[in-house]
Amino acid sequence: MKNRVSSGLGRRQLVQAGLGAAAGGVLLPAAVRSAAAAPAALGTWPAGSSGDSVFVGITSPLTGPYSADGKDHALGYELAIEEINAGGANAQAWGLKGKGVLGKMVKYAIADSELKPNVAVQAQTQFIQKNKAVMITGCVSSATAVALEELAQRERVLNMVGASGANETTGKNCQRYAFRTQPPAYMACKALAPVVGKHYGRGKKVAYLVPDYVYGHSVHQAFAEFTKPFGWTEVSKQVVPLSATDYSSALLNIANSGADLFVNIEFAGAAVNSTKQAVQFGLFKKMQMIVPNISSFQAQETGAQVMEGVFGTMDFWWTLENQFPLAKNFVTAFQAKNKRPPMWGAHIGYMQTYLWALGVERAKTFYPPTVIKTLEATKADPMDSTLGKVWYRAEDHQLVRPVPVVRAKAPKAMKDKNDYFDIVSMVPGEEAINPPAALGCKLGSYT
Amino acid sequence: MPSPADLLSQAFNGLGLGALLALVSSGLTIILGTLGVLNFAHGALFMLGAYAMYVVATASGSFLLALVVGAVFMLLVGVALERGLVRLFYSRPHEDQILVTFGAGIVFTEAARAIFGANALNAPAPAWGQGIVRLGFLFYPIYRLELIGIIALLLLGLYLLLYRTSIGLVVRAGIEDARMVGILGINVRRAFLAVFATGVVTAGVSGMLYAPLVSVEPDMGSNFLVQAFVVIVIGGLGSFPGAVVGGLVAGEIIALTSAFNAAYSDVMLYAVMALLLVVRPQGLFGSEGRV
Repeated sequence: MKNRVSSGLGRRQLVQAGLGAAAGGVLLPAAVRSAAAAPAALGTWPAGSSGDSVFVGITSPLTGPYSADGKDHALGYELAIEEINAGGANAQAWGLKGKGVLGKMVKYAIADSELKPNVAVQAQTQFIQKNKAVMITGCVSSATAVALEELAQRERVLNMVGASGANETTGKNCQRYAFRTQPPAYMACKALAPVVGKHYGRGKKVAYLVPDYVYGHSVHQAFAEFTKPFGWTEVSKQVVPLSATDYSSALLNIANSGADLFVNIEFAGAAVNSTKQAVQFGLFKKMQMIVPNISSFQAQETGAQVMEGVFGTMDFWWTLENQFPLAKNFVTAFQAKNKRPPMWGAHIGYMQTYLWALGVERAKTFYPPTVIKTLEATKADPMDSTLGKVWYRAEDHQLVRPVPVVRAKAPKAMKDKNDYFDIVSMVPGEEAINPPAALGCKLGSYT
Repeated sequence: MPSPADLLSQAFNGLGLGALLALVSSGLTIILGTLGVLNFAHGALFMLGAYAMYVVATASGSFLLALVVGAVFMLLVGVALERGLVRLFYSRPHEDQILVTFGAGIVFTEAARAIFGANALNAPAPAWGQGIVRLGFLFYPIYRLELIGIIALLLLGLYLLLYRTSIGLVVRAGIEDARMVGILGINVRRAFLAVFATGVVTAGVSGMLYAPLVSVEPDMGSNFLVQAFVVIVIGGLGSFPGAVVGGLVAGEIIALTSAFNAAYSDVMLYAVMALLLVVRPQGLFGSEGRV
């Protein structure tokens, strides 16, 4: 009974307060009223960018089977943020002005995702809620990529999708708030197929080793499709569990398949492991290996002897420094800091941070829908990058960029210990990219 | 449908896979059967063995020397782990034992990552294990072939130690009734230390023998830990013959399934395990109520 009375009083007070506010609105000065007409708060905006710094949440697998790639990935982010905050020559060369992004220093934290989507989502949720992250980024797995894209869309926080090669990332799992730089399987295979088709000739028999997850199936399907015009046929397809460490059974089947070419789709540690065992089973005496998407440390960990002559694609290879001034800056700075050239995991972290900063500075605001629309409009005004002029496609947020097709050098042709690959060709993005609707992308809402 | 030659090839490969699984699992089952401790650090100890092989074999060029030095190193690790940690948990609940060994495993894994980095390393195969050999219907790596023989000898040695020596007798008596054995004036604690160290050395030696076949990296043990659990569930928890037979059964399941479709090899393994748990919960060689 007492409660009722007091709550009744509360209601009355509320009504009075409301009337007061309404009356005040009429009398508000013009400046305050125009602020009220600005967009409503959205995600971490404006809370995340109202101070003199902004926060970027980074996740990378620092432990687990992709930890070497994950470490490299993290180093790329660190270097880019360092350069952007310093506002020196490297940041200016990308077209950024002053120190930081729009004059705000970039703060960041890197959380270990352990290669688990749920761990990455949990860490990024913390970054969004506690640190008011204005951008989240980083992963070395398409499973994590897709999970973070969903989180970004739900929380209305921008996501620069870290290393992810599956079609789904900018295909049926694409999101309005997510942008990707790495070529999807479709793009990589379409770029690679004509090169290997021409090199090996028509009518080859192909055996596939396919890791059983979204990325593996993406690559298999794309490679088979784009080599069909060359009369290449599949004689063996070995799908193996993601957790496999012993490939003997699958390799026995491939050894007995009569194939001319061995297409190894395994990634990172699994790629090294399966290649090592393929050597033990004498596979390379009978067939040549092709790796559609060569992992960062594959040549180094497998050895140049084994890799010699292997064709594949990579997001980036450090000798591209000879083709693009911004790549030269990147490789030089990375080498000075880490005493080795960057691998493509680092490149993705580095490039994405810059493209995001550039998008924000062009938009002149951190307000996510404006930044998204600015990035979507880059076709009219491409951004200069470590891969030359690039732009994001408005339909699916895939970066249109050249795809490096590489071939592993013979050990004696290597100029130094990190000189594993020749760049065979830089296939223009427009040539290799999928038609916008082909992978089933439907972007979500801006607000 | 695979050809008979393919099936035979896979059946043979299953023997090779199974031998390795048997050795990995036997270390786990000896500790579980005797001490009642489910050693979740087993995978990490396997990994430590592989690194020991990498370090010594790369430095000395001798596979056999690496095997001996590595085994001594694993013995020291085993003694330290038992005296310093696991011993304190014998009378604690199983959950505590699982947590503490799991934690020790994480420490080993991250220590390896801190010392050697995350990149995969290559342990060389011994000079006498290079190349491939033609076995009528299939080509098979020589080292894998030799491994089957080496592992058979090691398993025989373990069997003799456990079933034909007085230490083994004390150990097996200790499993049945540790307090009674103590009352009879026998030092059960020391026997337990010997058992734990033997289990650790077995895990390490499996890792050493396996190192030339795979890339050596900090997380390499986790998959083997899972497979070893499946094997000892199939064979019977705590049963040494169970681990050997369970390992061979698991190897054949993986290999023969691969002859049809490699994607289902893990699924089949777990399906067989589940089926066995329904039909014969104690496993092939386990006795009811044990452990």
